[in-house]
Amino acid sequence: MKKLFKISIVLLLVLSVAGLMISCSKKEAAAPAKETVAAAPVEDSKFGGVLVFGRSGDSVGLDPGRETDGESFYGSTPVYDTLVEFVPGETAVRPALAESWSFAADGLSVTFKLRKGVKFHDGTDFNAAAVVYSFERQFKEDHPAYKNGPWKYWGYMGMSDIIDEVVADDDFTVTFKLKVKEAPFIANLAMDFAAIVSPTAGEKYGEDLASNPVGTGPFKFVSWIKDDSIVYERNDDFWGGDVYLDRLILKVIPDATARWLSLKKGEVDVIDFPSPEDLEEMKSTEGIKVIQQAGLNVGYLALNTEKAPYDNKKVRQAMNYAIDRSEIVAGVYGAAGQPAKNPLPPTMWSYNDDIKAYPYDPEMAKKLLAEAGYADGFKTEIWAMPVARPYNPNGKKVAEIMQAQLAKVGIEVEVISYEWGTYLDKLDYGEHQAAMLGWTGDNGDPDNFLWVLLSSQAAEKPAGNIAFWKNDEFTDLIGEAKQEMDVAKRTALYEKAQVVFHEEAPWVPIAHSVVSAPMKDSVQDFVLYPTGRRVFTKVWIKK
Amino acid sequence: MIRYILKRLVMLLPTLFGVVTLVFFMIALSPGDPARVMLGERASPEKLEKLRADLGLDKPLIQQYGLYLKRIVHLDFGESIKSGQDVMVEIKARYPATIELALCAMIFATVLGVWIGVISATKKNTWIDYTSMVGALFGVSMPVFWLALVMIMIFSVQLNMFPTGGRINMRLYFTPETNFYLIDTFKYLFQGKPEYFRSALHHLVLPSIALGTIPLAIIARTTRSSMLEVLKQDYVKTVRSAGIKERRVVFRYALRNALLPVITVIGLQFGMLLAGALLTETIFAWPGIGKWIYHAIAARDYPAVQGGIIIISTSFVLINLAVDVLYSVINPKIRLQ
Repeated sequence: MKKLFKISIVLLLVLSVAGLMISCSKKEAAAPAKETVAAAPVEDSKFGGVLVFGRSGDSVGLDPGRETDGESFYGSTPVYDTLVEFVPGETAVRPALAESWSFAADGLSVTFKLRKGVKFHDGTDFNAAAVVYSFERQFKEDHPAYKNGPWKYWGYMGMSDIIDEVVADDDFTVTFKLKVKEAPFIANLAMDFAAIVSPTAGEKYGEDLASNPVGTGPFKFVSWIKDDSIVYERNDDFWGGDVYLDRLILKVIPDATARWLSLKKGEVDVIDFPSPEDLEEMKSTEGIKVIQQAGLNVGYLALNTEKAPYDNKKVRQAMNYAIDRSEIVAGVYGAAGQPAKNPLPPTMWSYNDDIKAYPYDPEMAKKLLAEAGYADGFKTEIWAMPVARPYNPNGKKVAEIMQAQLAKVGIEVEVISYEWGTYLDKLDYGEHQAAMLGWTGDNGDPDNFLWVLLSSQAAEKPAGNIAFWKNDEFTDLIGEAKQEMDVAKRTALYEKAQVVFHEEAPWVPIAHSVVSAPMKDSVQDFVLYPTGRRVFTKVWIKK
Repeated sequence: MIRYILKRLVMLLPTLFGVVTLVFFMIALSPGDPARVMLGERASPEKLEKLRADLGLDKPLIQQYGLYLKRIVHLDFGESIKSGQDVMVEIKARYPATIELALCAMIFATVLGVWIGVISATKKNTWIDYTSMVGALFGVSMPVFWLALVMIMIFSVQLNMFPTGGRINMRLYFTPETNFYLIDTFKYLFQGKPEYFRSALHHLVLPSIALGTIPLAIIARTTRSSMLEVLKQDYVKTVRSAGIKERRVVFRYALRNALLPVITVIGLQFGMLLAGALLTETIFAWPGIGKWIYHAIAARDYPAVQGGIIIISTSFVLINLAVDVLYSVINPKIRLQ
């Protein structure tokens, strides 16, 4: 016993003396060990440096075909490229590994001309075979790599209903044969699941490709410590021009306050998902800047048009007049939100900004209710999401604010909530009267919002259209847009569709969240993407 | 002695069986559909059905339980639903971090706690006693996350004495082998790179203190009351009257007996640290098992939750065994009973 005690005392002494020594030297925080960092090329002052990105959670896996969550894509994006990519900060697409593409006259096949001279990180050549490999593994059941799935996003996007075959015409030409005409198809190929992986690495690692990613991207994968950090180094042979950072480290810091303190102290350079309460302090802290962008999402209250009284357009419009979105945004979203008026987020192309939002006007609401035969109001349920989502951080609180606002026009609201899985199930089958939900777009195409959430087809149970709103004019417009390859014409169609939506008011659009990224002043050219990507290709550190 | 340990080991089996069974039914009967969680918010019913079949969730509960027991016997926890990785591999990647932190926290809590307890008891009803007991009360009632954040704010950000989190300076080029960083970085000491070990140690200080504060307070209070009890006993008086120095009386004769209940408390606290490091790990970005299990529960990742809880419960039970054995070493009477 005495021995044990002595040992413990000695251990503690060692620990505290060591701790004291270290804290006295204080060197570590001030000067990161430079000797371990590769020397920067001298031709451009932008070159060099290690960037540490503090994020809230770890990747599940690094094979973008298999994963579904944003954190996983953060981890695979630096390593991989896609045939086409999003223009930085926008939802438009531009050529990437494919230099150009053209649709056949019937719109049922699209041919890509591939970039030549690109190499995978394992030294093998990028070519048409690699493209065919990357896609076939996700849907050809006899493909040797198919068993490494599940290929979840492929399923989410219904790609098997769109793609019939992927064919290599020659070494640098690939043709996708389609089952249907699908304008958003090109945008789908800019998504992470469509990344081009090295077939050699795929064969070598099999399922473990998820922990040994090999692509053509700006950074090469170095190491991954679970729940801690992923390390990358610059790919000097990147096809897309100079990459400036020597190394990129994605560091997991789960607690938002701890992330902020870590940025303040300079241990990390950029952080993700700051807590809204800290934003003001961040903006006023010397050496820190905050960039912001409206997220590609929408939070809404769907009014079940199959049930009274929401089968009446005037009641739906009255709801829109009676709910004060700015109060909700101020009370729940804070600086991290903006009121919504359309089903599309403002960063989306074809967003119709000419539409005037329903103003907060309880008198107008009462008038409409009287016209609809509900002069004394009515009783209704509002379903509130039990979990926080990017498009709605607190469903219950939003419901309570609505409850108070609607009471002023005589509408008595009961707030209801279920466990998340049950909640979604019940919504899909239309058990609700009015329910909150939202959507985050992932391919930067308006179709990804309007068709999934509001088309007549999506109102079939289990429904994505939980307003069960079946409007032929609207569905025809977005259906036509889906088959139209000309972007200007598509834009016009979508703008028209939003006018119909506004008039018919199947939802009360609530808000779009605003995404913020606080970082050190020295971090240059970091751009937020509406689709939520984190891209470090052109980021550099001012010395 | 060996017979005693063997007997205790055999007695562990029903306990572990109970744990395993409880874990299975608790998870199986909890609400929520893992297939739905995996496939996302808008999966089609056919796909949900197929996945349920693949996971065996469509089989009768008893049959699921049988299959589960069979796998557990082979220490096979299956694959994590979320990552598709072997659950054992996932645990191995994270558990060492938690053990390392819990051990350091426990050393800090035990040494300081016993010392404070002894001082308090010997200086009973003086200001030293009052101060340390008020301090202990404060320690017990302090929310860990709050303490942790305050410590980061003061010692990391303001005074710049410690890092805010993590296990080692990320800008050092370091690949762990055993995942016990103090061990992994030890060899660098002899390669002229002391900064690795120093960094690992440096990163341990704040989270150890945060995690160790509550056990420290509990140990201090237990030691004090146990010590007071012992100091009253006749044999201590006898020893004292023999003219032996007070220090020796306290540390040599009284403490040995006073430590018996303390050891039990230490064992219990250690087990709890392993399981409950969630908040500390989250705030200090410590890549241990706490947050992993938390996420597994949130994602209804059945195999991961089962594996995680079973590993932790087993550690808990084994620590208790170790405590009992230690106990019987100090007090042989226990063995005879």
